Amino acid sequence: MTTSPNALRENARNAIASQPFKTITVLSSLLSVQDALGWLPSEALEEVSIAVSSTINEVWGVASFYPNFRFTEPPRNSIEICWGPTCHVLGAQDLLQSMLNELGLENEGETQDKLLGLKLNTCLGVCPHGPAVSFNHRLEGKMTKEKALAITKSLVKDTQDV
Amino acid sequence: MSEHFEKLLRRSKSNWDQLGQKPWIRLGTGLFGEAVGALQVIEEVRSVIESKNLDVTVSEVGTSGLCYAEPLLDIQVPGAGRIIYGNVQPDNVGYIIEQHVEKLKPPKELALACVGSDWDGILRLEDLPMMQGQFRIALRNAGEIEPANIDQYIAMNGFAGLNLALTDMTPSEVLEIIKSSGLRGRGGAAFSTGMKWGFLAGNPAETKYILCNCEEGDPGAFNDKAILETDPLSLIEGCILAGYATNATNGIVFIRHGHWAPIDRTRKAIEECYSEGLLGQNILGSEFSFEMEVVLVGESYVAGEETALMEAVEGKRSMPRFRPPFPAAYGVWGFPSNINNIKTLAYAPEILRNGSDWFASIGTEKSKGTAIACLSGHIKFPGLVEVPFGTTINDIVQHMGGGDPSGKDIKFLQTGGPLGGLLSRDQFGMQLDFDEMASAGAMFGSGGLIVCNQDTSSVDLTRVLIAFDQMESCGKCFPCRLGTSHLLDILDRACLGNSLPEDLELMEKVGQNMKIGSLCGHGQLGYNPVASALKTFASEFKNQMFGKGDIEIKKFIAPLHTRRGAQVLGETPTSVVNVDFVFDPKMEAPTL
Repeated sequence: MTTSPNALRENARNAIASQPFKTITVLSSLLSVQDALGWLPSEALEEVSIAVSSTINEVWGVASFYPNFRFTEPPRNSIEICWGPTCHVLGAQDLLQSMLNELGLENEGETQDKLLGLKLNTCLGVCPHGPAVSFNHRLEGKMTKEKALAITKSLVKDTQDV
Repeated sequence: MSEHFEKLLRRSKSNWDQLGQKPWIRLGTGLFGEAVGALQVIEEVRSVIESKNLDVTVSEVGTSGLCYAEPLLDIQVPGAGRIIYGNVQPDNVGYIIEQHVEKLKPPKELALACVGSDWDGILRLEDLPMMQGQFRIALRNAGEIEPANIDQYIAMNGFAGLNLALTDMTPSEVLEIIKSSGLRGRGGAAFSTGMKWGFLAGNPAETKYILCNCEEGDPGAFNDKAILETDPLSLIEGCILAGYATNATNGIVFIRHGHWAPIDRTRKAIEECYSEGLLGQNILGSEFSFEMEVVLVGESYVAGEETALMEAVEGKRSMPRFRPPFPAAYGVWGFPSNINNIKTLAYAPEILRNGSDWFASIGTEKSKGTAIACLSGHIKFPGLVEVPFGTTINDIVQHMGGGDPSGKDIKFLQTGGPLGGLLSRDQFGMQLDFDEMASAGAMFGSGGLIVCNQDTSSVDLTRVLIAFDQMESCGKCFPCRLGTSHLLDILDRACLGNSLPEDLELMEKVGQNMKIGSLCGHGQLGYNPVASALKTFASEFKNQMFGKGDIEIKKFIAPLHTRRGAQVLGETPTSVVNVDFVFDPKMEAPTL
C-alpha cells in the first residue's frame, strides 16, 4: 500500500499546519510530520522548507542529525530496545541478542516482509523499570527474553490477521 | 494578598473539602506507570467503578518515587482511611475496590502502606525503608495530586510563594532570597542559582527568556521527567518566579520528543495556568506578565548543553555555540536567556514560601537543600529518593535502596551520567555533597545512581558509557568526535583482552586532548568515565586489557547510528591510531 506523492505532500502539509504552538521551527515541523506519517518522504522535507522559509539543505541537515527521523516507509510494527547503562547492567544485551536471532537480523533493521523493525534507543527514560523495551511506542519495563519474544509474536500475528 | 489569589484559594479549599467527602482513587499512569502496566490497571479501575455504579473520584497522577512497587493504587475512603496498594495487577483491582470502597475493610495482604491513620499490620508510608530519611521539597506533591489541577496544587500550598512575591516583594528582593538560600543548579554544574539569575537581571533588554531544561538524556537519571509527569505546576511556578526576579518575559520548557506523559501534562498545566490568570498578562492582577510554552527536541544528549539547547529551540541541529557571548547576553534567537534545570526551579516556590533561612538550614555547608537521587540497576528498591545533602551514599544505597535484590555484594556505583565516574564500595561512606563528590573524582551530576553488583565488569560498563558518548557526540569539534571514537576502539580491544602495550598511554593522550580541545562539556568530560574506572579499578582494568580478566565480557551490539556502521562491536578493530601530539593545557585561545 504505497501512498501517492501528492497524498504524502498533502498529509505533510496538514501535519505542519496542525502544530498548536507559538514556536514553529524546522525541527518542530519535522517532528510533527514524523509523528503523523511515521517517516519523512522527500515531499515532506520540501513542504517543511516552504512552510518555514528555509532551504532544503538546511531541512535535510536537521532531519539527518536527529535519530528520530527515518526516510523510508516504516515497518508495520516497531520495537525499540534500550541500551543505556542501567538496562545494559540489567541484561539488555542478552535480550537484544535473542531478539536479533528471532528476527534473523544482525543489528538494527527490518525484517524482509516489513512486518517488524528493531531499533536501539539510547535511553527510553524508565531506568527504574529496566530493561525497557517499547513495542509500537508503548513502554514495557522489567523485560525478559521470554516476554519480549511472546509480545513480538503476538504483534506479528495481529498484523498478519488484518 | 491579591484579590485574584484569594478567590482561587477559596475555590481550591472548597473543592479540596468536597474531594475528601467521597472515595478517591489515585493511580500513577505516567511514563513510569505505563512501563509496568498501569494503563491496563486504570482501564480496569474505570470499568469496575462503572459496572458497580460507584460514586468515586478517579485521578491519574504521576510517579510517587516508589517505582519498585508500581503500579501503585492509592485509595482514600472516608471512614476507611487511605491505603496504598503496591504491584497491583488488573486481576486484583475488583477485589481491592470491593473490600476497601464498598465493605470498608481494606485487604491488608495487598497493602503496601497506609497514610494518616494507623492500621494494624500495615506499615505507615513514612516507615517504608525507602521513605525513611526522605525530606521532600521538589517532590513534595509526587503522586499526591493530579498533575495539571490548579485547585489541588493550591491546596498543597501551591502558588503561595508566587502570590507573596508578586504582592509584597520587588524582583530584586526575590533574587536576594534565592541568593541567600544558597540554592545551586541541579543540572550538574552546581552553579549558584541566585548568581545566575543575577546575570540575566542585570541585562536591560526588553525580551528575555527563561529556559527550563528537561532534555534529560542521561541514562540513569529520571528525576526531571518525574517532576514534570507528577507535578508540572511546581516547575511553572518556579519558572514564573525566575521570570519575575530577572524581569524576563518568556519561559520555554524544553522536553525530549517521545516522553509523552511529561510533555502532555506540562502542556495541559500551562494551558490551565493561562485560563486562571497565572500566566499571560498581569499575573494574579499584578503588573507582571509572562508567557510560557513547551518546545520539543529530537533525541540528542548534547541538546542538554545550554548553548546546544538554544540551537535546538531555534529548530536547528543541537550543536554547542562558542562562548562568549554567554547566554545571559546573547541567548535563544539572540535574546538574553537563562537556562535552569527543572529541579532547581521546582525548589524556588518553597524557598519563597518558607524563607531562605529555612532552605539554608537543610543540607551541608556548601550544598544546601535536598538532593534527588535516582536509583536503578542492581537494587531492591529502584526509584526516587529526595534526601538532605549530607546523607551518606551508604544510607541511600544499602538502607533506602535495600542493596542488591539477590543479596550479592554491591561493587560500585556509576554516578553523574555517561560523563561521570565510578564510585567504589569503599567510598560509600561519602556524604552527598557537590564539592566532596567532585573532589573524589565522581560527579553527583543530575542525580543518577546506577548500582552495580559484584558480577558487573567495570571495563564493560566503561565501554558502554564511551559508546554512548561516542554516539551522542554532535560532531562539531574534532577532539570530541574523534576522541570518543578512538577511546571506543581502545576499549573494544580491552574488553576482548587484546590490548596493545601502548594502549594505556594512548588513552591518556586522547583523553587529555579531549579535555583541553573540546568546545563543550561533552568532550571536556568525555574521558571522565575511563579516568575514573582506571583510578578505582586499576588492577581489574589492566588484567582485563591483557587477557587476565575474571569476568567474562560478552559481545557488545551497538546502534548502527554510531560511526562503526554495521560492524558489530566486539571484533578487534584493525586500525590503530597514532596520537603524536598533546594539546598544551596552558595554551590560550587566539584572540579574534
